[in-house]
Amino acid sequence: MIQPVVLWSDALLFVLIAAIVALTLWARRQDALRAAWGRVLKDGMAMAAATVLAVFVLIGLLDSLHYRARLPAQPGAEARYAVEVHSALDALLSDLRQRGEKTYSAPLATHLFAREALENSTQREFPRLQHGGAHLGADLSGHEFDIAVRVSRGCAGGLVIWLLLVSAWCRWRGVAVVEMLKVGAGGPAIRPVFLTLLPILLLFGIAIAVGGGYHVFGTDKVGQDVLYLSLKSIRTGLLIGTLTTLVMLPLAVLLGILAGYVGGWVDDLIQYLYTTLSSIPGVLLIAAAVLMMQVIIDTHPEWFATSAERADARLLALCLILGMTSWTGVARLLRGETLKLRELEFVQAAQAFGVGRFAIMRRHILPNLMHIVLIALVMDFSGLVLAEAVLSYVGVGVDPTTISFGTMINTARMELAREPMVWWSLAAAFSFMFALVLAANLFADAVRDAFDPRASA
Amino acid sequence: MSILEVRDLAIHIREARPVDGISFDIAAGECFTLLGESGCGKSMTALGLMRLLPAAAQVVSGSVGFEGRDLLALPESGMREIRGGGIGMIFQEPATSLNPVLSVGRQIVEALELHAGLRGAAARTRAAELLDQVGIPDPRRRLDEFPFQLSGGLRQRVMIACALAGSPRLLIADEPTTALDVTIQAQVLDLLDDLRRKQDMALLLITHDLGVVARMADRIGVMYAGQLVEEAPRAAFFAQAAHPYSVRLFAALPDAERRGGRLATIPGSVPAAEVRHLGCRFADRCSEVMAECRSAPPPWREIVGGQRVRCFLPGAAPAVAAGVGAGDTAAHAETRPLLSVRDLQVHFPIRRGLLQRAVGAVRAVDGMSLQLMPGRTLALVGESGCGKTTAGKAMLQLIRPTAGSVQLDGVELTTRSTGELRPLRAKMQMVFQDPFASLNPRLRIGDIIAEGMQALGTGGKGDGGGSDREVATKVGPLLEQVGLRAEMVSRYPHEFSGGQRQRIAIARALAVNPQLLICDEPTSALDVSVQAQILNLLSDLQRDLKLAYLFITHNIAVVDYLAHDVAVMYLGRVVESGSADEVLRAPRHPYTKALLAAVPRVDGAKSEVPKLAGDMPSPANPPPGCHFHPRCPLADEACRQSYPGETRFAATQVVRCFKAL
Amino acid sequence: MLAYIIRRLLYAIPILIGVNLLTFALFFVVNTPDDMARMQLGVKRVTPEAIQKWKAERGYDQPLVWNSAAAGTATVTETIFFSKSVRMFVGDFGRADDGRDIAREIATRMGPSLAIAVPTFVLGLFVAISFALLLVFFRATALDISGVVLCVAMMSISGLFYIIGGQWLVSKVWHLVPISGYSGGVDAAKFLILPVIIGVIGGIGASTRWYRTIFLEEITRDYVRTARAKGLPERVVLFRHVLRNALIPILTGVVVVIPTLFMGSLLTESFFGIPGLGSYTIDAINAQDFAVVRSMVFIGSVLYIVGLLLTDLSYTLADPRVRLQ
Repeated sequence: MIQPVVLWSDALLFVLIAAIVALTLWARRQDALRAAWGRVLKDGMAMAAATVLAVFVLIGLLDSLHYRARLPAQPGAEARYAVEVHSALDALLSDLRQRGEKTYSAPLATHLFAREALENSTQREFPRLQHGGAHLGADLSGHEFDIAVRVSRGCAGGLVIWLLLVSAWCRWRGVAVVEMLKVGAGGPAIRPVFLTLLPILLLFGIAIAVGGGYHVFGTDKVGQDVLYLSLKSIRTGLLIGTLTTLVMLPLAVLLGILAGYVGGWVDDLIQYLYTTLSSIPGVLLIAAAVLMMQVIIDTHPEWFATSAERADARLLALCLILGMTSWTGVARLLRGETLKLRELEFVQAAQAFGVGRFAIMRRHILPNLMHIVLIALVMDFSGLVLAEAVLSYVGVGVDPTTISFGTMINTARMELAREPMVWWSLAAAFSFMFALVLAANLFADAVRDAFDPRASA
Repeated sequence: MSILEVRDLAIHIREARPVDGISFDIAAGECFTLLGESGCGKSMTALGLMRLLPAAAQVVSGSVGFEGRDLLALPESGMREIRGGGIGMIFQEPATSLNPVLSVGRQIVEALELHAGLRGAAARTRAAELLDQVGIPDPRRRLDEFPFQLSGGLRQRVMIACALAGSPRLLIADEPTTALDVTIQAQVLDLLDDLRRKQDMALLLITHDLGVVARMADRIGVMYAGQLVEEAPRAAFFAQAAHPYSVRLFAALPDAERRGGRLATIPGSVPAAEVRHLGCRFADRCSEVMAECRSAPPPWREIVGGQRVRCFLPGAAPAVAAGVGAGDTAAHAETRPLLSVRDLQVHFPIRRGLLQRAVGAVRAVDGMSLQLMPGRTLALVGESGCGKTTAGKAMLQLIRPTAGSVQLDGVELTTRSTGELRPLRAKMQMVFQDPFASLNPRLRIGDIIAEGMQALGTGGKGDGGGSDREVATKVGPLLEQVGLRAEMVSRYPHEFSGGQRQRIAIARALAVNPQLLICDEPTSALDVSVQAQILNLLSDLQRDLKLAYLFITHNIAVVDYLAHDVAVMYLGRVVESGSADEVLRAPRHPYTKALLAAVPRVDGAKSEVPKLAGDMPSPANPPPGCHFHPRCPLADEACRQSYPGETRFAATQVVRCFKAL
Repeated sequence: MLAYIIRRLLYAIPILIGVNLLTFALFFVVNTPDDMARMQLGVKRVTPEAIQKWKAERGYDQPLVWNSAAAGTATVTETIFFSKSVRMFVGDFGRADDGRDIAREIATRMGPSLAIAVPTFVLGLFVAISFALLLVFFRATALDISGVVLCVAMMSISGLFYIIGGQWLVSKVWHLVPISGYSGGVDAAKFLILPVIIGVIGGIGASTRWYRTIFLEEITRDYVRTARAKGLPERVVLFRHVLRNALIPILTGVVVVIPTLFMGSLLTESFFGIPGLGSYTIDAINAQDFAVVRSMVFIGSVLYIVGLLLTDLSYTLADPRVRLQ
């Protein structure tokens, strides 16, 4: 039995998902929007990128279903729950999470990375890992062979699942499998989806098969599995990339439209506001705000029941701060577009009917700005994921106990001077980030091209 | 001897075929015009000749022979010598076709360097000569100015000077005067004609305007849907056009003879460039269509004297019978004006200096008065920048006037607050110029039309209040009233053509049962055949609903066809007003006379009145005395001193001029 | 035009005051000095005396905005707002936690910051514009497409990776330059070359793509068609016509950052151990030295506002429409 825990960030994330679903349903009824999304769906590169993003989002969502496990029941006593908060992803990866080593070990290694003085010996040796390669026993001659077997088993598993998915889809749509893979099927570009899914499933298969006996990406300073850390970082990246823009949007949209449509002193005031805010260099404003937030959190420890809650509050506060410092750009953009729209004849036609100001902004201005909002949303995402790493490095990012790409890099860089180098944490963090950001960038490009009437190339 | 020989030129843009096999010749020194409505492929043809097509477009077949060389086979470097050197080109939009950050001199000199081998001071001297040649006063000073400092007419002259720099033997002019006012158009057309004769330069003139064709052409090619359908010398063409399409273009032209009657229209619209044709491209819109028209493309048929036509009909196409005039539809009985404007002023402050104090004002509308009787049409005529659109919006209180009075049905509007105006808004509505900007692309047609009823709480006909259901039942009949189908309510604007959108905009205005419709250039963005449809619709509606129109336009032909009364505006004031017959047949103000004389006439007749020189002054800094005196051939000291008062001629004709006779 | 410049200068004043008020609110109103003291001294074991001492050392023991205990003008001047915020306008930033004068520290650290930031900026601008022009010249060919893909890939890589990877490869594997450090004079070159190259490479993807978009937008304009119709070769069209016009949007994004070059780069300086303002800021953030962070926020915004002014000025040079009206 478990007790579900809904952190604030989880709640917001689910609100976001619900909003996206609702918007999708609404957009299906809007001709222009449907046509634009249709262009995205037909774009092979965009669909491949979307597939990668979907996998990341799935992992992030699994990591957002939090719970507290029930402690072994004591007869007669009330049910009690563990202090630590875990997620569905933790449950799936419990093997990885629990099989920690003592300290650093290289990927796929069987021994620790550093020599230690062993018991009953004066020599310093590389001790065996407690879990990595433990099933091999004392005889290590089969190490490479074992890995090769596991890789091929993983590949086979991934391939089988992929074939099952492909044939299920083809049966559902009544297309021949070979034909679909050769030329694709009409409608959305489905072929790139499956072609992207293949390497992903193969990698998953390999990770599961090899990860069962080894640390695929090695372990970090305190012996945690780096693969586990990388997967856990995904949720943090996604949250920062999406919630930040979400926090910022209502304000940016409201002020941008007001400034552009109402004009006069309202415009002057809003322009003054965003010029002032944007004149403070972003990183410094964030740093100052985060430092102050830290003071608040540190001086009020009583507000948070668990350390997970505290880390979550800090994550949300970071999103809020990032949002507050970055709304100015979008507001400026929307103000400019509103100024143009305001002069268009359909707005004047509405004025000739005596339609009220706010009704005009809602009916005539806002819907014609939505594509800009959407483009801003997807274009900002990748920048924010990258910014998180930098901010955490600077020391004004997420809580040090929150697992994120930034904290992974931050802890790993201490070991850069070590000889030989401890490279695997960095490599894992950078590769995951690169995959996420590249997919987001490619997808954002396709969305912008589809929605922006001016976009060329 | 032909200087240009185009054979079977075809240009494709992916699936579309904007130019689908056209052939024509141009002799040295000849003016050949390509005539056609928008989207028929005439500009694409011109760009194809110069090999300046946009990246997506491709010449797929054909040849272009220029002075014996095939341009399509030349290497790019050889083609660059032809461009500017052998063939010069000028474009429609002088405002965007010159580089905004380079001086006028620089832009002419770079062509001289390339094609005349001139450098430094010699090039500058030659550039000044060219500016002088195209009629720009004070050319030395102008060399160092930038395009934004010049008026539209001067910019187009600079464009022409650039094109002449390489002494081309052929000049391609793509709608060179479409963006210009009619008095400026007359100047530029004269210049082009003059240069052509003096320099023995051939001219390929691309236009949609039959008046320009009549003024300029030696020979004419009529384009339709990517092909030439008729080719003829000017005299033969204007005497008797041969293709049914050409005939209908003439019949769709509004003018005084057709007043009160219906204009001939061409049903439907030009087929999209993606459509594949089996037979004649015009078959679907042709009233003379026969079975064979649909099965095979008609061959060229020679008539006489160089006139040839692509049509199966033997002989010339029969003339189109215009509808019988229903007589003057206007009600005269009413004596109280529906709209009465007195001394209306709209000034926009000019802010300068440190504190952004108002140092002056753009006097967009500067004391205009007019009256409009119920059920009649008053045309407000003037060139761009004269303040006519601002005046229209100020009457509707979309822009609040600086001073003056606007009375609608005896009720003063200028003193009312926004809230107090709302109940009056149902009585007056507006139809805008740009059919693409006047409908919100995110709303369905039904919602667009219902907006006014909901906002004003009128259920349209019968005034049943504005519940959504009632509103919805009234949208369908409105659409049918403007010639659309009721089931179109759930569509979006992008599915409609320009003419259909303008019908929707009219339906939107009609939804609240207005008595007054202010139409701001409602047909200026439309092709002539579509314009005829909209004009017919407007006159039907006036007859059925007893609407009064304030018709804002620069198109004299439309005024002649439609208006009962005319007011001519110059620089923020009405300089002459009266009944259409008085003002258009017996103009008294020198500006009105010049304006009418500048309109190119389809019959090719030239006017005795001298053409206007120069441009309209800026409304920020109007000349003292009579605003028109710097351009007026009759001006004397009195005109420079004070603005003339009203002089009444006949019953209704009022003129503000000291010299009016 | 002079009136225009003066007006822009005057407009900067309320913005600076706004920034000043904002930082004051952020640093002294959101959290009281007591809170800050408590956090820095450790929340658990802290005595009122220790807090008093901490505040007195930093001059935080005055009232915030109104000193009712003092007389005359001192009611206003002997306050935190006056001594910490208002005095920043005259260049008095107070002392850091280590007791050094912040203004002097800033003056000495500006040199190394500029030594990295200026070459990075100039070289980056030059390389990115050249690449963008190259891509535009070969637009819609395989070269252009692969160039754009490369740009997207490069901008998807974290800036930290460029630094860490570059340091590892060039300094650790190839031993070409020292891994970090700084010295004055000519010697500085060997310390600067790697951070500059890394800075250029790190920024090249995003800026090349941005310039390419601007160029492509300009290239569809009517005046470009006119230039081609004159028979000008594509090279001349690009350099004389497109580049001149594209300069206007490019200036908007570029000129504004020139003054902020003084601030240096946070990441590069701290990784390469360069004693500039960037590493100064990072150290202050890590040490939670509020006085330094506050000063840097203020200086950063002053420089940004100077950048806005320079942008307006640069328009008057690049765009005759602004210059002559």
